[in-house]
Amino acid sequence: MAAEIGQLSLWLALALASCLAIFPLVGVHRGIAAWQWYARPLAWTQWLAMSTAMVALGYCFYSNDFSVAYVANHSNSALPLHYRLAAIWGGHEGSLLLWGWMLSGWAALVGLLSRSVPDAMVVRVLSVMGMIAVGFLCFMLFTSNPFDRALPWFPLDGVDLNPLLQDPGLVVHPPMLYMGYVGFSVAFAFAVAGLMAGDMDPAWARWARPWTTVAWCFLTVGIALGSWWAYYELGWGGWWFWDPVENASLMPWLAGTALIHSLAVTEKRNMFRAWTVFLAIVAFSLSLLGTFLVRSGVLTSIHAFANDPKRGLFILVFLCVVAGGALVLFALRGGALRSSRGFKPLSREAFLLGNNLVLLTAASVVLMGTLFPLIGEAIGMKVSIRSPYFNAFFVPLSVALVLLLVPGVFSNWKRQPGKPLLRRLLIVAPAAVVTGALASRLPGATPWVGTLAIMLACYLVLAHLDDVLRRALAYDLGLWAGLGKLARSYWGMVLAHCGLAVLITGITLVSFYQVERDVRMAPGDEVTIGAYRFHFDKLDQYTGPNFDATRGHFTAYHHDRAVAVMQPEKRRYHAGGQTMTEAAIDPALMRDLYVALGEPLDKHADDAWAVRVYVKPGVRWIWLGALIMAFGGALALSDRRYRNSKRSPASER
Amino acid sequence: MNAKSLWVALPLLAFLALVGLLYSGLGKDPQKLPSALVGKDVPAFSLPSLLTDETFTEQSLHGRWQLINVWATWCPTCHIEHPYLLTLAARGVPIVGINYKDEAGLARDYLANRGNPFVQVISDDSGQLGLDLGVYGAPETFLINPQGKILLRHAGNVDERVWNEEFLPLVPAGQWGKAQ
Repeated sequence: MAAEIGQLSLWLALALASCLAIFPLVGVHRGIAAWQWYARPLAWTQWLAMSTAMVALGYCFYSNDFSVAYVANHSNSALPLHYRLAAIWGGHEGSLLLWGWMLSGWAALVGLLSRSVPDAMVVRVLSVMGMIAVGFLCFMLFTSNPFDRALPWFPLDGVDLNPLLQDPGLVVHPPMLYMGYVGFSVAFAFAVAGLMAGDMDPAWARWARPWTTVAWCFLTVGIALGSWWAYYELGWGGWWFWDPVENASLMPWLAGTALIHSLAVTEKRNMFRAWTVFLAIVAFSLSLLGTFLVRSGVLTSIHAFANDPKRGLFILVFLCVVAGGALVLFALRGGALRSSRGFKPLSREAFLLGNNLVLLTAASVVLMGTLFPLIGEAIGMKVSIRSPYFNAFFVPLSVALVLLLVPGVFSNWKRQPGKPLLRRLLIVAPAAVVTGALASRLPGATPWVGTLAIMLACYLVLAHLDDVLRRALAYDLGLWAGLGKLARSYWGMVLAHCGLAVLITGITLVSFYQVERDVRMAPGDEVTIGAYRFHFDKLDQYTGPNFDATRGHFTAYHHDRAVAVMQPEKRRYHAGGQTMTEAAIDPALMRDLYVALGEPLDKHADDAWAVRVYVKPGVRWIWLGALIMAFGGALALSDRRYRNSKRSPASER
Repeated sequence: MNAKSLWVALPLLAFLALVGLLYSGLGKDPQKLPSALVGKDVPAFSLPSLLTDETFTEQSLHGRWQLINVWATWCPTCHIEHPYLLTLAARGVPIVGINYKDEAGLARDYLANRGNPFVQVISDDSGQLGLDLGVYGAPETFLINPQGKILLRHAGNVDERVWNEEFLPLVPAGQWGKAQ
């Protein structure tokens, strides 16, 4: 029954989305007020219909209805309830439903929260989002329906959720990521609506900006969670693999980062308008491209969904309509958006433009690296793009990014006198070089790249410290009162930039100071890595809810003081028969200890196993940095000027 | 057309090129197009057995009609396909397994616990043989004749329908007894 309700809700949502895509838009162009009025109620009812579908699918999982093919393929009666519910988005069809539900949710929120935006604009935005929803719903209903029944011979029990996905990480990672992907659809819809209107309101960027920042925060957290999940769940101890699916999330993030900065320029100075619109289109198109890559079977990946060319073709056509349509509109109308206002080569605009170019170059590098196997195939070559390619580009690009970032923060809008800027840089840069050099004198030889990266991180932090102090003291109220005067959006920027510094530090530490050992160990054996000693105490077996496990017991000592008891596991899941490595991790701010069971080497003799023992300094900083960035974004959002519906003039400077 | 409008049309052109590339990727989809190797001999290799001390070469595959199945324990579809392979083996179809980019210990446990449908299992640890065969992802199944020539390639799960529609029509009657 629930499946039929879900099915019906999807069709209802399609009907509502189609109405939303057509009537309000026609209403705007023909001046029919009644049709325009329908935009908001249609968006809200569509969200209700999608929510009903979500609840229906959730109920199918809850009630173990294995006559529904999707449930049978992704759940099992022995699966714990929270994973059964998370399994809603554990596969292709359900994750599409999640996508569509979020899309309708964003549209409903836009309808609810944009009272201060002119009606014609809101109506256009909602219509564009309606069009995207139509595409997604058609995709779902015609190629990937999560409510299809496997009748008449349905299985008595499900094949279980992929054990890799039976993890708290799965519960939160995809929703966060999708909130980001889908959130960019709002910026996209604003851009297309602006192009449709032809004459763009100068306030356009102010309306689009908070939505973009929210989406960016979600995407940042989503990517960090994905990296963290891969780190502890895949059992390899890596945190980033340049896998096509990871790249698919990184590309929109890079474009989105460029977009939020470009939006700042458009809001403050009404410049870069064409560029901002272009970036909004690019960010969402890259999100869709990611969806295409993951679901079409064009590229192989560790977490690609079922490969189906029919689905691939559908998404490709959809991508053509959405991104192609927007780009055609851009080609026709974008030329009129170019502003005649100028700026000097030394100004905040100039530095932000430079950083935009760096970020977009980075996104192109990732795109090329991801698609290169395809290009190679087109010209008859088997190629494999691995991390050296990406590192070769990302190291210099990050250096350029940081070098441009700081003068951008120091500079004024429109025109920045050269001498004061140079003076400030000449104070901060040497200080950063000294601190960085001291900080990188950690044990072990650091290559110059590592030292440079630490210096850059110090440069970022010191520069923002300097900026905060100067601005606070400029109020002439004393330091504390001055700090209190600084706007939240400013604090948000400072935090986000410091998050980048933390991220760079983490990547550097783990890249240059980690120690990875693959050793043969039997109970009673020991291995020493640096200051840490790992003792293999014993091995035992236990049975979990839907798996059997072999569990190792290790004690980690730091200079003879026991610091952690670690229990890595090898699990065999009953339903699918898959074996999973559950690494034991002792996390700490400065270092992670990581033990994973590899393979039993000789079962008969002495329980010897191939054991991976890693010491990873600073790996937490990577995710911490990303979280700080996202928190910075959230702080900027809480700024007074976004909360007031009546706009006050921007108070930043 | 002035320079300004050309500039804003540039992203559209780049996008069209991208779509063309993606479409070509779709066209090359492993499920749709037969392998470039169909009609050719199995590529040369020399690899160890997963289960014994033997070493196999392409010569080991000559002499009878048989299937080559590329599988791995990390591949969920292989788990789904496994019971059907056991059925085929029970009907007398010789299947050579290529254990593709897998951990040998896991693979041995897998066969020990779930039954072994294979007459031999070649351990392709580095994935080189898979690469030579043009494997996109496990499972993939090849049909070869007694001269070691590849007659068919199927990417993805083999089930009763695929077996009857794609494989059986290519095999001369009486090769495998009951299986036909």
